[in-house]
Amino acid sequence: MAATEQPSRAAAALKRRAAGNPAPPVVELRGVSKRYEGGDVGLDRVDLSIARGEFVFVVGHSGSGKSTLMRLLIKEGDATEGSIRVAGRDLGDLTRRKVPYYRRNIGMVFQDFKLLPNRTVHDNVAYALQVTGASRKEIRAKVPDILRLTGLSTKLHNFPDQLSGGEQQRVAVARAFVNHPPLLLADEPTGNLDPETSIGIMQLLYRINRTGTTVVVATHDVAMVDQMRRRVIELQRGRIVRDQAAARYSGGEPNTAELGALLKEHLEP
Amino acid sequence: MRLGFFLKEALRSMKRNPIPSFAAMASVLVTLLVLGVFIPVVQATTGAANEVRQKVSLEVYLKRNVTQDQITHVRGILADQQGVKTVQFVSKADAYKRESKQNPEAYALLGSNPLPDSFRITPDNPDDITAIRDALAPTTASGKRTVIDPAIDEVKNRKDETDKILTATKVVKLAMLLLCGLLVVASALLVSNTIRLSLFSRRREVEVMKLVGATDWFIRWPFVIEGIILGSLGGILAILMLAVGKIAFIDPLAADFALISAPQTMSLGLLALLLMLAAVGVSTLGSGLSLRRFLKV
Ligand SMILES: Nc1ncnc2c1ncn2[C@@H]1O[C@H](COP(=O)(O)OP(=O)(O)OP(=O)(O)O)[C@@H](O)[C@H]1O
Ligand SMILES: [Mg+2]
Repeated sequence: MAATEQPSRAAAALKRRAAGNPAPPVVELRGVSKRYEGGDVGLDRVDLSIARGEFVFVVGHSGSGKSTLMRLLIKEGDATEGSIRVAGRDLGDLTRRKVPYYRRNIGMVFQDFKLLPNRTVHDNVAYALQVTGASRKEIRAKVPDILRLTGLSTKLHNFPDQLSGGEQQRVAVARAFVNHPPLLLADEPTGNLDPETSIGIMQLLYRINRTGTTVVVATHDVAMVDQMRRRVIELQRGRIVRDQAAARYSGGEPNTAELGALLKEHLEP
Repeated sequence: MRLGFFLKEALRSMKRNPIPSFAAMASVLVTLLVLGVFIPVVQATTGAANEVRQKVSLEVYLKRNVTQDQITHVRGILADQQGVKTVQFVSKADAYKRESKQNPEAYALLGSNPLPDSFRITPDNPDDITAIRDALAPTTASGKRTVIDPAIDEVKNRKDETDKILTATKVVKLAMLLLCGLLVVASALLVSNTIRLSLFSRRREVEVMKLVGATDWFIRWPFVIEGIILGSLGGILAILMLAVGKIAFIDPLAADFALISAPQTMSLGLLALLLMLAAVGVSTLGSGLSLRRFLKV
């Protein structure tokens, strides 16, 4: 899981792609539906494929299923229908005992942060390393680094309830990054941040992506999506209504060419 | 590194739930105090009861005015009986001396010696005493006892009393065992409850831990250690209190009471070790109980 591993893996992926042998997708959903107990539809027959090293935005109205998608990817709950494969592994085959090990390969920034309330900023981030059995030395080396990167160096010993919303969000980001996971899921990583800090976080995500890490960001941040011009997947009531490369946040007024491409993409199996 | 981390986590949790932690520790403490008092007492009573059993003897009273020849003859018969260890002659005069010492006023009133010569028989095995008695004084068809030698007047044993003592100690032992068992169960449940409370108050936290990749056992160990620490603390306190109690109260009295200084009681060190084992066992059982059921997040 060392950071040094990532570029070489990305390079290998590039080589394979150059050889006309595309790498297997990191994330692959086939006909995935998620219905909650109350009858709410989280996802509705979603097909999706994300290649290694991609940077993907997931956008959509509140309640459109963005968080549901993220949660399914870390196996917090199972899909009602369909199959989800991550790095070639079918999540349906993952036994309860193996789930923790699987999750260690994915960094997740939760929409509600999910920080441990009785631990300091430092300990919250360190916990993600401790569960993997990391040595004290490793923790001493990595944690201050990532906290500096997220601008939290002065808040090391604060507890989450002594932080602003934006600071808590940055702790969540730091915890997700500290392991250098090959797949990063960020659910609204800039939801509570001012534009300047948002840009900082986005730059961080960008850098992480550049090292070969696949990054999926669920967001409402129009400015960010418009600026980055990456692949955008738009959800509406649990269905994918748009999947567009190098796109803007708003797909409301696509020109006819784009619409044609979109339709074609959806009609073709 | 791992152990250090788990220990820190356990202490953190105890600091957060001081009252239930204290209750669990106190219950272990009380259980161990009771155990620590009961074990030596039960041992001492068993020892005393055994001593009584060892002292079981058969008294063979001879008729008045038997001759020396008859005495020698009876001694030979008695010594030949199966299961007889010793045969001791108690002359009239000896018996009088002993009895009048125990009860001087009554014997002073009597003036003369009413006691017969007798033999005291100790069996090899206290349980054989009835058999020996039956051999010396068989029951006839009519249900009356006869004696095998005309010089013998009566054969008596003190078995009845012994039986009473043995039954009494048995009942006491059983009652204590039951009480100890109940206490052990009660404190295991209390420890279990403490751990459950501790887990329950951190349900959300445990959920988050799982989401960032903690295995079940990574989450469990601190709780198990918490239980063991609580139990050990209770155990250490109980042992200290018992030691102080023994030195302050029992030791000064020991000279006067045979029961307390009975050689069969175990050393304090062994008792402490046993109690410590019980403490750790009880608390591990307690935390195990709630972890099994409560960690299906
Ligand atoms: N645990 C749950 N139980 C029942 N229904 C749920 C649950 N979580 C989400 N839902 C429902 O599923 C749908 C999709 O929710 P989801 O959280 O995925 O939306 P979202 O796109 O993340 O929204 P937002 O932008 O507000 O975060 C909603 O209708 C929601 O009410
Ligand atoms: Mg959401």
